[in-house]
Amino acid sequence: MDCDEFVELVTAYLEGSLDPDTERRFVEHLAGCDGCDRYLEQIRRTIAALGHLPAVGLAPQARDRLLTAFRDWDGG
Amino acid sequence: MTSATVPDVSVVDGELPADAVIVARLRQRDEAMFAALIDAWSPGMLRAARAFVADEHTAQDVVQETWIGVLRGIAKFEERSSVRTWAYRILLNRARTRGARDARTIPAGSLMPTREDEGPTVAPHRFRGADDPYPGHWRSHPPAWPSPEDRVVAGETRRQLAGALAGLPARQRIVVTLRDMQGYTSDEVCDLLQLTAANQRVLLHRGRAALRAALETYLTGEVA
Repeated sequence: MDCDEFVELVTAYLEGSLDPDTERRFVEHLAGCDGCDRYLEQIRRTIAALGHLPAVGLAPQARDRLLTAFRDWDGG
Repeated sequence: MTSATVPDVSVVDGELPADAVIVARLRQRDEAMFAALIDAWSPGMLRAARAFVADEHTAQDVVQETWIGVLRGIAKFEERSSVRTWAYRILLNRARTRGARDARTIPAGSLMPTREDEGPTVAPHRFRGADDPYPGHWRSHPPAWPSPEDRVVAGETRRQLAGALAGLPARQRIVVTLRDMQGYTSDEVCDLLQLTAANQRVLLHRGRAALRAALETYLTGEVA
C-alpha cells in the first residue's frame, strides 16, 4: 500500500469497514510508515477536538417560552 | 408531595432516563423532564441546524420549533426509533424547510455526495510522483503538531476548527456534526439523513480530511 492510498482509507479503517485483506495491508503500512502513523494520529486528534468544541444552548428566553408552552399545552 | 408515579430519575449531568420513562413523563406533563431534555439536546440540535440555516438566530428558531413539534407529537410517538432520533428527524425537517426559505437550500434528498466529493483528500503534490523511486509516498511527512496540552494554542485551535467546520459544504458538515460532535453511530446518521453507508462514509471522510488540513495549516503553516 502507498501513502496516497492509505490516507483515503483512514475513515473506513476507523469505521471498521475495510475488508480483511485491505485492513491487513493498511495495518502493515501503518506499522512501517511514520508519515502515515502521524497522519492517522492527526485525524484522531481532529475528531477528538470536534468533540470538545464548546456547546451553545438555547437562549434563556426561548427556553422559558417553551416551558410556558409545555405548561399551557392542551394536548391538541 | 409524593405524587410521582414514575420514579424520580436523576437528570443531572446529562444522564437521561430510559426512553420509556421520558415518554411517560412527558405525557404526564412533567415539566422537569421537558426542561432536562431541552437542556441536554438543544446544544447538539443547534449545531446540527447550523448546517442548514444561515445564522445562529435562525438555528435558535428551528430548535424552538422542533421542541414544539416534540410536544405536538409525543402523544402519538410510537417508539419505533429512539426519542432522540425522532426529535432529530423533526429538527432536520424544520431545518431543511427553513434553509430552503432562506435560499440556503439543501432540498430533501440532496445530501448525497457530489462530484466535489470525489478525488484525493490530501493534495497530490504532498506525495512523490510516478517517476520517483517511491511513487505515492509522502514527499515529506506531515509536520508534527504542537502538544494538545498547550492551552493558548488549544483555545485558538478550537476557534480555527469551528471556522473550518462552518466552511464545509452542508452535506459534509451535517455528517461530521452528527458523528463527531453528537456521537451518533453510522447507522443512525444513515437513517436520519437517508444516506447509504458508503455515502455517509465518503462525506465523513472528506469532512474530517478537510478539517485536519485546516488544523495543519493553522498549527504548522503547512499549506494543503
